[in-house]
Amino acid sequence: MSKRVGLEASRAAAEAARMADVDVIAAYPITPQTHIPERLAEMVANGELNAAYIPVESEHSALSACLGAAAVGARTFTATAGQGLELMHEVVYVASSMRYPIVMAICNRALSAPLSVWGDHSDAMAVRDTGWIQVFCQNNQEAFDMTLWAFRVGEDSRVLFPVMVHFDGFHLSHVTEPVILPEQKEVDRFLPRFQYPFALNRDEPMTHGAFGPPDIYAEAKVAQEVAFRKSKDVIIQGFKEFGDIFGRYYDPVEPYKTEGARTLLLTMGSFSETAKIAIDTKKNKGESVGIINLRLWRPFPFEELRQAVKDAETLIVFDRCISFGGPGGPVSSEVRSALYNEEERPRVVSFVGGLGGRDMSVKDFEYVIDRGREIVEKGSKELFETVGIRGKVTGIRG
Amino acid sequence: MEGKFIKFGKKRVTTDEFVAEGHSFCTGCGEALALRLACKALGRDVIIANATGCIEICTSPLPLTSWRVPWIHTLFENTAAEISGIEAGLKILMKKGKMPERDIKCVAVAGDGGTSDIGMQALSGAFERKHDFLYLCFDNEAYMNTGIQRSSSTPYGASTTTAPAGKLSIGQTTWKKNMPEIAVAHNIPYVATACPSYPFDLMNKVKKGGEVKGPAYVHIFSPCPTGWRSPTDLTIKIGRLAVETGIFPLYEVENGRYKLNVDRPKLKPVEEYLKPQGRFRHLLDEEIEKIQEHVNEEYAKLKAKIACFAA
Repeated sequence: MSKRVGLEASRAAAEAARMADVDVIAAYPITPQTHIPERLAEMVANGELNAAYIPVESEHSALSACLGAAAVGARTFTATAGQGLELMHEVVYVASSMRYPIVMAICNRALSAPLSVWGDHSDAMAVRDTGWIQVFCQNNQEAFDMTLWAFRVGEDSRVLFPVMVHFDGFHLSHVTEPVILPEQKEVDRFLPRFQYPFALNRDEPMTHGAFGPPDIYAEAKVAQEVAFRKSKDVIIQGFKEFGDIFGRYYDPVEPYKTEGARTLLLTMGSFSETAKIAIDTKKNKGESVGIINLRLWRPFPFEELRQAVKDAETLIVFDRCISFGGPGGPVSSEVRSALYNEEERPRVVSFVGGLGGRDMSVKDFEYVIDRGREIVEKGSKELFETVGIRGKVTGIRG
Repeated sequence: MEGKFIKFGKKRVTTDEFVAEGHSFCTGCGEALALRLACKALGRDVIIANATGCIEICTSPLPLTSWRVPWIHTLFENTAAEISGIEAGLKILMKKGKMPERDIKCVAVAGDGGTSDIGMQALSGAFERKHDFLYLCFDNEAYMNTGIQRSSSTPYGASTTTAPAGKLSIGQTTWKKNMPEIAVAHNIPYVATACPSYPFDLMNKVKKGGEVKGPAYVHIFSPCPTGWRSPTDLTIKIGRLAVETGIFPLYEVENGRYKLNVDRPKLKPVEEYLKPQGRFRHLLDEEIEKIQEHVNEEYAKLKAKIACFAA
C-alpha cells in the first residue's frame, strides 16, 4: 500500500532518490538544500539506502564526482541551490554534453550580491541553456514524483541527458505537506535498472571526453541539440507511464481553468498554486481568467504552449528573475519568442516579482492580473513591470 | 592479447603499450616518456581520469585516441573529484553485485598547474576523504599546454611568458611550491617523487602507488624542451642533473616514513643543471648562488627528515 506522510519537498526528493536505489550521491551543503544531503547521509548511515555518499569539499567537486560515478555506470544523484549551482556552472555543461544522466534537485535560491539564501529563479535561469532536461515543481508531491520520473527519463537509452528538478527554496524545500509515497514494487515497475551503454570498463576500453577540433566540434554540438529536442517524446511517454502506475498524470504545460478565458496568467513553480487561488477568486466574480503552469522548461514545450494560449487575448507572464538589460523576465522573453511567428497570438505582458524570498500573496497575483489587463488597454512606459517593490519603479525602458 | 615481459638488466618490463603511437607530444618530451612508463607499470586494470593539459591534448583529438585503457577527461581542476566518483562508483556497484568484483586501479593524471594551482582544492578533498586512488602529477614547471605561463610549480629564476625575465625582473621571483610535502601533510599512505631519467624507480613507485590502499601521490619531474628551451636530446640528462644537484631529490614517504631513493654523497653544483636551459640563461652568478643556497637548505631539511626514520 502506498502511504500518505508529511514531508518537506527536500525530504520528498530524498525519499525518491532512496526508492530509486541510487548508487552514488555527491553533495555539498548549501541553504536551502541542506535537508536533502542530510537525509540521504542519514539513510546511508542507517543502512536504509545502499549507496556511496561522497561528502565533497565544494559543489564543483560534487558534480565532478557525479560525472565520474555516472561514467562507470552508477545511478547518480546530487542537489544544490543558488551559489552552489553557479559554482558548478562549467560542470553543468559537461554533464549534458557527455550524456551522463545525473539527476539533480535544485532548491531554487537567489544569487548574490547582496547575499540571499531565500528563493527565486535566478539560479535556474543561469543554467537555462546548459542542455539539461528541466522541470519545475508546484508542490512537495511533485518534488517526489518528478525526482523519480527524472531517473526514468534521463537514463532512457534514447535520452541519456541529465535532469534538473527545480523546487522553490523554503517555500517548498522547508514546508511540510502531505505526500503519497508509493510502494517499492511500484517504483521498481516504473524505473528499470540503470544500464549505461557506454560505461568505462576494462574489457572494452573507451575514451570519454576527447577534445573537439573545429572540424568536429560543430557537428557534435548540433547532434547534441537534435538528440536533446528528440528527448521530448520520451519525456511525455515518461509522464504517461508515471500516471499509469501511480495515478498522477503530468503535462509539460498544465492549464487550469483556461477554457474560454480571455486573460491567462503563466507562472512556474510553487507560486502557481498561490496564483490559482487568485484565479479561483476572480472566476467566482465572473472574470474571464485562467492560468498556465509551465512545468517543462527544457526542452521548451513550444507546441503545447501554443495550443494552451491560442484562444487568449492577453498572456501575463510572471518571472522570479531579472534578465539585466534584457527584454523582460527570462520566461516572458522565451514565451514571446515562442509565439512571435503565430498569426494569432495573445498580447504578452511581463511581470517580475518574488525576488530573494519576497512573498507573493493571492492579492499580489490579483493585482498582476488587473494591472496586466490595464497595460494591454492603456499601455505602459516600462518593458516589464514589477510587483511588491516599495516605491514607484520607473526607468525599465527599451 | 597480453604483451609479454622483457628483461631490462635485472628488471622485467611489459612490451604492451597503453598509450598508442601517433600522439602529438613535442620531440624530446619528458612527460610523454614518463606517461608511457607509468602506464606500463599500471597495466590494463585501470581507469584513468585526465585533467586538461598537455597529456590530454596530445592523446585525444576527436575522432582519434591514443588510449588503450579506459580513459576520461572532463575539465581542468576537477580531476581528483572525478576520480573520487569513479572510485566510489566502482566500489558500490561491486558491493551491490551490479558489477563483477575486480581490482581496478583508479588513477588521476594532471600537470603541475592542474595539481598545485587550480586543482589543489579538489585534490586536498580527495586525499582527506581517503579514496583509494593514485594521483600522478606530471610536473613540467609551467602551463606548457597554453604556452609556457608560470605556475606555482615554476622554479625561482625561470623565465616564462607571464613571469618573463626583463630589465626589472629575473622572471619567477618565488620558490617552487613543494607539492609532495603538501601531499604528505594529508597523512596519506604513499607519496613519492620520480623522474623518467630513472625509469625503473619511476615504474616501481607508480606500481606501488597503484597497489597501496587509500590515496597515493607520485610527483613526476618531466623535463620540457619546448618550455625550458633546452636541446631535445638532453631531456634524460637534464632529469638526471635535477636529481644529482639536489634540485629534485627522488624520495618516497610510506606511512609518514621518509626514504631517499637516489643518495649521492656529494651534490653537483646547480649551475650544471641550469646551464643547458634557455629559461635560466639570464641568471647572474649572484642569483645562481642564491638558488644554490636554497637547494642546500631544502636538501638538508629533507635529509633531516630521512635521518629521523633511519634509526
